[in-house]
Amino acid sequence: MNDALRSAQQHSAPAVHPPAERTAVIALAGQPNMGKSTLFNLLTGLNQHVGNWPGKTVEQRQGGFVHHQRTLRLVDLPGTYSLSANSPEEIIAREYILHEKPDLVVAVVSAAHLERSLYLVAELIALPAPLVVALNMMDVAAQQGIQIDVPVLEAALGVPVVPLVATRAEGVRRLLDVIEDCLTGSYLLPPRRLPAIRPDHQQVLDQAQQLITGFVPPDYPAAWTASKLLEGDGEILRQMQAHLPEERWESLHALLKAHDDAGLAIASGRYAWIERMLRAAVHRPIGGQMSLTDRLDRFATHPVLGLVILALILGAVFWLTFTIGAPLQEWLESALLMPLTETARGWLAAAPFWLRGLVIDGLIGGAGAVITFLPILVIFFSVFGLLEDVGYMARAAFVMDRLMHAMGLHGKSFLPLFLGFGCNVPAVMGTRVIESWPARLLTMLLAPLVPCAARMAVLAFLAAAFFGAQGALVSWGLVLFALLLLVVSGMALNRLLFKGERSAFIMELPLYHIPNLRTIALLVWQRSLAFIRKAATLILLFSLGVWALAVLPGGEMETSYLAQIGRFFAPLGRLAGLDWRLTVALLSSFLAKENAVATLGVLFGRGEDSGLAQTLATTYSPASGLAFMTIALLFIPCAATLAVLRQESGSWKWAAVNVLLMLVVSFAAGAGVYTLARALGG
Amino acid sequence: MTTPPLPLCDLKPGHQGTLLALNGGRGLTARLAALGFTPGVRIAMLQNYGHGPLLVEVRQTRVALGRGEAQRILITEQQS
Ligand SMILES: Nc1nc2c(ncn2[C@@H]2O[C@H](COP(=O)(O)OP(=O)(O)OP(=O)(O)O)[C@@H](O)[C@H]2O)c(=O)[nH]1
Ligand SMILES: [Mg+2]
Repeated sequence: MNDALRSAQQHSAPAVHPPAERTAVIALAGQPNMGKSTLFNLLTGLNQHVGNWPGKTVEQRQGGFVHHQRTLRLVDLPGTYSLSANSPEEIIAREYILHEKPDLVVAVVSAAHLERSLYLVAELIALPAPLVVALNMMDVAAQQGIQIDVPVLEAALGVPVVPLVATRAEGVRRLLDVIEDCLTGSYLLPPRRLPAIRPDHQQVLDQAQQLITGFVPPDYPAAWTASKLLEGDGEILRQMQAHLPEERWESLHALLKAHDDAGLAIASGRYAWIERMLRAAVHRPIGGQMSLTDRLDRFATHPVLGLVILALILGAVFWLTFTIGAPLQEWLESALLMPLTETARGWLAAAPFWLRGLVIDGLIGGAGAVITFLPILVIFFSVFGLLEDVGYMARAAFVMDRLMHAMGLHGKSFLPLFLGFGCNVPAVMGTRVIESWPARLLTMLLAPLVPCAARMAVLAFLAAAFFGAQGALVSWGLVLFALLLLVVSGMALNRLLFKGERSAFIMELPLYHIPNLRTIALLVWQRSLAFIRKAATLILLFSLGVWALAVLPGGEMETSYLAQIGRFFAPLGRLAGLDWRLTVALLSSFLAKENAVATLGVLFGRGEDSGLAQTLATTYSPASGLAFMTIALLFIPCAATLAVLRQESGSWKWAAVNVLLMLVVSFAAGAGVYTLARALGG
Repeated sequence: MTTPPLPLCDLKPGHQGTLLALNGGRGLTARLAALGFTPGVRIAMLQNYGHGPLLVEVRQTRVALGRGEAQRILITEQQS
C-alpha cells in the first residue's frame, strides 16, 4: 500500500485536520465481482469479505477516511447487474442512490468485461447523481490484449473515467483526486450522452411518461420512472398504482399490457448506446487464443470430471485437516494446555476449591480446549478463501446444478451451501444470491445441515479419539452421509412445502485469476479473529456456566443440576447409545458447536497425564462414539445461525421448522447408526 | 447465411448464433437482457452435452444457463 493511502486511512485522528467542510458521501456501485469491495477495503482499511464469485457483498457497508482535509464516507453497495427490482440487492442499491442522495456515485466497471459492465452505467447515467467511472481490472484487460483509450471513452460518456488495478492499489490516488475535483465542481467535461430506447418504442415511452407526469413520487426522475414501468418493474408499478388517479392507472396499465416487449427495447437501447461509446475507445485483438479460463473450464465444468474434481478438492481439505490440523491441535493440547493446567494447579493449591475448579475446569478445560481448534479452522478458512479468490466456486455451482435439481434447486444454491462448510451464519445470509423466494427459503432451511468448520473440528477431535488412524476416513464418510441426508431432506421439503417449484438458473462464471494472497490472508485473519472473539466471550462464559451447573448444588458431578438435565433427556439419548454426559454435551452445542467438546472437557475434568481424547476412547464403545459424532454433526443449528435464519426468513416459523427438521434427522440418523454399528459388532 | 430459428439449447458446442427473441416471462427477460442477451447479439456455445446446464459466451462474458432457460432463447445459427 502506498503512502497516499496510508495517510488517507488516518480517520482516527481528525483533530490534526482543520474542521472539514462537510462529510461527503460516496457510494460504490457496480455489477457483481467488479472489485468494489477490494476498492472499499483499500480506501477505508475496514475489513470486509472479498471473494471471486458474484454476489458476495450482501449488505451495505460503510467506512470513513480523510482525503485532502475532507472527510469522505464511503458506502459499498451490493453488486447488481441493473437497477431493476429483480432482487433485494437491486432494490437496496437503487433506493440508496435515489433516496439517500450520495454526493457522488463511483461506478466500478471491469475493463475486461467492459461491454457488459457498462450496462449499469447506462442506468446510473440517467439519474441525477454525479458519477465517476472507475475502470478496474486494467491488468486483466491488458493480459487479454484489450486496449482502452480512456480519454476517448471519457469524452464519449461525459463522465470522468479513471483506470484502476484495485488489487495492486494502482490508480487509486488519481481516483481520489478526481473525486475531489468532482465534489468541488472543477472537473469539466462535455455533457453526458444518455442512452435512448430502441426507436420503435420511443412513442410508447413518451405516452407512459405523459401519463405519469405530475404523479411521480418525490426523488424519482420522471423519465427514469417511465422506463422502469416499461421494463415491468414490479416495485415501481406498485408505487405508481398508489399515486395515480384511477383512470390514468387504467390507461397506463392498458398501454403496458399492449407493449410487454418494451422492456427488451429499453435494454437493446442501452446496449446500442454502449456499443456507440466503445466503438472508438476499445480495440480488442481479433481471434484471440485459447485462454487459461477456457483450458481450465474444459475440466472444471465437465459433467463427470467436474464432479470428480470437486470431490477431490473436498477430500484434499479433509486430508490437510487431518495431516496438519489434527496433530497441531493435539500438540497445542499437550504442549500448551497441559503445562498450563499444571502451573495453575500449583499456583492455586491453596485457593478455595471453587476458584481452582473455575480456572482449571471452566477456563482452561472449557474455553482453552476450544482455542486448540484454531489450526484446524485456519486450514479450512485458507482453503476456502483460496477457492473463492481463484474463481473456482462458480464452477462448483455449475457442476452441482444437475444434482441440485433433484431438490428443486439449481446450481446457485450450492454457493451458500458450500460456504456453510466454513460457517452456517454467512451461508444463510449468502442465500440472498438466489432470486426466487421458494428456492431461497429451501436453501436457507438446508444450510444448517452442512457441517460447519466448528462441527468439523469437533468431528476431527472425536474421530481421532475414537478411531485413531482411521479417523480421517470415518469423518469423510460421516460428512458424505450428512450431505446425503441434506439431499434427502431437500427432496422431501421440496415436495412437502414447495410443491416442486423450479426457478431460473442464470449465473456468470468469472475468469480465473492468480489468487491474491493479501485478499485471502485478510479473509483468514478476519474469520479467525471472529472465532477467537467468540471463544473469549460466549464460549468462555458458557464453559464457566457448564462448570457451575456441573458442581452445583452439592459439589459432586453425579448429583449436579447438569446430571439431572442430562438424565431427563437420557431415555432419548439411549436409543442412540448416548449416556447423560454425551446428551448434555449435545445440548450445550446449541450456543456454539465447539461447546460439545468444551462440555466434555469440563464433565470429565482434565486427567493428570492423559488428555480428553484418551478418556473418551476408554469410556465409550466405538458404536456410541460413532452415533455421538453423527448426532453432533447434524444436531440443531447454533444460536447464531438460528438468529440469522429468523432474520432472513422473516419469521420464527421457519427457524422452528429448521430446528424440528434437524432434531428429527439427527436423532433418526444417530439411532440408525448406533443400531447398525451394534449389529455389525462395534 | 442463416438457418431457421432454433432454441439456444439446440446449438452445438463450438457453434455461434444470433439472438432473435426471448420467450420467457417479464422477469426472466429482464434478467437475461441485463446480462447482454438482447436481439441481434452473438452467442457462442461453449459447452452443451445435450442434458444439464449449458455454458455460453455473450458480450465477452461466460454465462451458465439452465436448460429450461436456454429453451426460451430463440436464435438463428451462423454458418462459418
Ligand atoms: N486482477 C485483478 N483482480 C481484481 C482487481 N480488483 C479486484 N480483483 C479481484 O476480483 C474479485 C472480486 O472482487 P470484489 O472486491 O469482491 O468484488 P465486488 O465488486 O465487491 O463483488 P460483489 O460483492 O460480489 O458484488 C476478487 O477476487 C479480487 O481479488 C483488479 O484490479 N485486478
Ligand atoms: Mg463486494
